[in-house]
Amino acid sequence: MYKEIILDLYKNPRNFRALSNKTHSQRLYNPLCGDDITIDLLVDKADVIQEVGFVGESCAICRASASLLTDYIKGKKRSELVQLNAGFMQDLMGIEISAGRVKCLLLPLEVLKKML
Amino acid sequence: MFDAKQLRADFPVLVNNPDLVYLDSAATSLKPTPVLAAVAEYYEQYTANIKRGIYKASMKATEEYERSRDAVCQLIGASRDEIIFTRNTTEGLNLVMYALGTNIIEPGDEIVTTIMEHHSNFVPWQQLAIQNGADLKIMGITSTGGLDIYDSHSGGVTLGGIVTKKTKILALTHVSNVLGTINPIKDIIASARRINPAIVVVVDGAQAVQHLSVDVRDLDCDFYAFSSHKMYGPTGVGVLYGKKARLEAMPPFQYGGEMIQEVHLDHTLFAELPEKFEAGTPAIAEIIGLRHAVEYLRSLASQDAELHTKRLLSQLHEQITALSTDRLTVLSNTNLEENVGVFTFSIEGAHPHDIASILDESNISVRAGHHCAMPLHNQLNKAASTRVSLGVYNTVSDIEAFINGLQKVLNIFS
Repeated sequence: MYKEIILDLYKNPRNFRALSNKTHSQRLYNPLCGDDITIDLLVDKADVIQEVGFVGESCAICRASASLLTDYIKGKKRSELVQLNAGFMQDLMGIEISAGRVKCLLLPLEVLKKML
Repeated sequence: MFDAKQLRADFPVLVNNPDLVYLDSAATSLKPTPVLAAVAEYYEQYTANIKRGIYKASMKATEEYERSRDAVCQLIGASRDEIIFTRNTTEGLNLVMYALGTNIIEPGDEIVTTIMEHHSNFVPWQQLAIQNGADLKIMGITSTGGLDIYDSHSGGVTLGGIVTKKTKILALTHVSNVLGTINPIKDIIASARRINPAIVVVVDGAQAVQHLSVDVRDLDCDFYAFSSHKMYGPTGVGVLYGKKARLEAMPPFQYGGEMIQEVHLDHTLFAELPEKFEAGTPAIAEIIGLRHAVEYLRSLASQDAELHTKRLLSQLHEQITALSTDRLTVLSNTNLEENVGVFTFSIEGAHPHDIASILDESNISVRAGHHCAMPLHNQLNKAASTRVSLGVYNTVSDIEAFINGLQKVLNIFS
């Protein structure tokens, strides 16, 4: 699981910042492992995500997943994102995630879904 | 002379998975062949329900079932009517909370527990305190991971600061599943009874019976709960010891078959102890298997197997020190004399789940998370941790594999 790309995204996460001009913000915490992710969105009148940022303490899988997801959703309409699912996140990561770690992979998507 | 390498032949999981480094015995232990054979024998040779049957298989099953009760009695020094078979430790503790706690706790009473409890011996008492308007008081820990209960002058146990005459229940663990700490239960109980002789003491023995010799009369606890599956026995079986007078005074916990003497349209006479608390068909095969686990445990005790586990723990600590990294923090009890064989740690810059996944790539099984002890983790200021827990079948090469795995973790998350 720990390919170079995942470790790089862990050490140098993308969009890793809180937005000061956010229109939406959601946090989820997985008490089992302590993964804690907050995603901020700036959504314009046309429902397009203009800016996105995330913060929080989490494992490598969760943080890499949040990096890739936030990159993906930038510039997209919220309504386009409703159909995103676990299979999409697996493909986005491009690595096999063991069953015990699927929660870490999906936590950022769960946070996003609360704002769609 | 105890030989762990030889002993491994008794455990089919180790024989079938020669590359497995199993370091999660505090979660569940592996099971030796005699236990598995006894379970299979019941299913293959004499399957029948117990107690009611007048035919041979049922009588044999009943006899084997009751032999397990005898074995447990011998293991912890109890009598037959004081041993109740449950599903697990959790069910035993809940039984005490529901059948006794809800009936004796009144507004203004106190329940005392500790910060190092597993949720199963914490949440029931917390909820009881909330529902019945009692105060839940919590014993803290020291920096080395022991309970903060020692008098600074005499060095002896003193509960004067926390247990009072209003404390009706003291619920605490014999051994911590995260810290490995062995609590001085006997001294604690004696100290509590000096303050309030009527106090009900409930001990969680889930992490203790597989490591320590336990004598419930010597400890003078009112209740002692443990699980078969952590002591080399099958899953689905727990044991609750209760002092006879306490159990007799309590109403049943569950109603149904097996636990009655006579049922009439308007009333029911309940069975005597211990059947009064064993409603419904129990886990017959697993309870039969438990006797063989008890016998296995007794033979281990006679070989001083615990010395082996202690030695491994101290080797593990030496090798951790030799890594000379300042990124690793040991959270478990560093006073190894009072640690059963648990090593819990955190690494700066590496999340416990990532640590466990990387170790798993080398077939090393450890536990990552809060280990059902969130209050303790909050106290330690960690959301989660990684835990190594030793069993009698672990060897020096398991420790070496773990250290190599840890080095890999440190390199990956450098």
